[in-house]
Amino acid sequence: MNKFRRLVSLILAMIIGCGDSSEPSPPIGIAAQLSGRLELTGSSTIAPLVTEIAKRFESMHPGVRIDVQTGGTGKGIADVRNGTADIGMASRPLADDEQDLTIHPIAVDGVGIIVHKSNPLLELTTEQIIGIYQDKTNNWSDVGGPDLQITAVHKAEGRATLEVFLEYFDLENPTIRADVIVGDNEHGIKTVAGTRGAIGYVSIGTAEADIEAGVPIRLFPLAGVEATTQNVGNGSFPMSRPLNLVTADSPGDLASRFIKYCQSEEVHDLVVSQYFVPVTP
Amino acid sequence: MTWWSRNTSSQSRRDLVLGLISRTSSVLSATVILLIFLFLLHEASPALAKVGISRFFTDTGWHPLSAQFNIVPMLMGTILTTLGAVVIATPLGLAAAIYGLYFAPQGLAIWYRRLIELMAGIPSVVFGLWGLVKLAPWIGQFGGSGQNLLTATIVLALMILPTVMLTAWSSMASVPPELLRGGAALGLRNWSIVRTIVLPAAWGGIGVGILLATARALGETMAVLMVAGNVVEVPTSLLDPVRTLTANIALEMGYATSAHRSILFASGLILMGLVASVAVVAELRKRSPHEL
Repeated sequence: MNKFRRLVSLILAMIIGCGDSSEPSPPIGIAAQLSGRLELTGSSTIAPLVTEIAKRFESMHPGVRIDVQTGGTGKGIADVRNGTADIGMASRPLADDEQDLTIHPIAVDGVGIIVHKSNPLLELTTEQIIGIYQDKTNNWSDVGGPDLQITAVHKAEGRATLEVFLEYFDLENPTIRADVIVGDNEHGIKTVAGTRGAIGYVSIGTAEADIEAGVPIRLFPLAGVEATTQNVGNGSFPMSRPLNLVTADSPGDLASRFIKYCQSEEVHDLVVSQYFVPVTP
Repeated sequence: MTWWSRNTSSQSRRDLVLGLISRTSSVLSATVILLIFLFLLHEASPALAKVGISRFFTDTGWHPLSAQFNIVPMLMGTILTTLGAVVIATPLGLAAAIYGLYFAPQGLAIWYRRLIELMAGIPSVVFGLWGLVKLAPWIGQFGGSGQNLLTATIVLALMILPTVMLTAWSSMASVPPELLRGGAALGLRNWSIVRTIVLPAAWGGIGVGILLATARALGETMAVLMVAGNVVEVPTSLLDPVRTLTANIALEMGYATSAHRSILFASGLILMGLVASVAVVAELRKRSPHEL
């Protein structure tokens, strides 16, 4: 039923040629004339999703070219500020010194704690996880597990997942003593999957997809809430982050049309296929 | 007389064209390198002016967000992984080249060389992926995650092995055959000929190959990033994680702003200096007369 509705809305979107159904759509003739270039840079978490949305948007408006590049949330924000990009991608809320920008939420992503599949433990408390990352706990037997060295897998500074993690556990990055520092989510998952005593944190959507594909990792619940995309969507999972598009004061016509399209229901199937959770603004 | 003068005039015209083309392209490539150097210098200048080079070595740690910029652990990481890789790859590459040239059956030798050439063409990220999902878990049996100095060194060694082996092969193959025949006439065995005639005669070329491989190892980024563990610490054992200068730039450039960004460019400049000094040594070696 859901699929059918999605299909219908997709077809409708193609006929109308405009992403937003809540506002009066411009006549088809005008929509077809939509043309120009859009530059997007920023978070590597959002980029694959936006690339898919951009492909669909381009096929609806043949005159439009959308260029999506990664480089991290920080780059996205810097590029929007100095005008090199029309739209930035930020996988965290804006900081206090970034309030000059406007955010447009398009989806939510949860960050979950992962361990190797063979790990017999079912959950760790907040204090235990903090102890592990501050190198006060070095062996799984200290937290009720087998006699096995703990390998704490941490992200490189500047990654959005890292900021979500630090904020949730109220940690300062220099106090963390990690055993391995990784770049992106897949790097983190492959590291944990290859190390029996490892613990790490990655995007829940990516982890779920890899678990389905048979990668030997397991997601820990957090504060008693199962780490699933469903719980991220209904807001009950505590360690989550918004996926935003970011613009300077007055985005152009094409930019605002694209943003509206990214927020519309027509792209929810793409959001779900990238293991994120759609939001309705 | 006439054919001679006509020939020179047409040849001189051809020479002129060729000379022009080669001159333009050499000027172009030199300009590009110079521009890259100037760009690096320009981007690094705020850090060099405000932070100063000495703080790269005296700060208490690498916490760019708290304005602490000690790059010594990364410099150590780069030097240690490179040295380790060269130490592993040199004997392996030399032995492989000697085997292929003097001991392998003719038919096998050709395929053996092709195989090594193929290895030289494998993208570095493939080596990194293999290191991450196969080698690191295996080394992890000895403790930790297996992403450490040892794993990074082994992966790097495999990556520079073809360079060492192919240059050694070429320089040994160009040793004049009279020398070999002379050796054989003196009744020397294969191994003695290689040890006392071929190796000393080809040593200059082999050395240049090793230096080329060193330069490649210094600059390698992705494969090392995937298997080195990337913790900013001076390693105390082979099983400790390391972060190289290149991995540091790749990991942090994405979000770095202002001073931090500039420091990363400065570390790139240092890296370029390292590679340049290796190249200079290689050049000096090439010029020095072969010791026979």
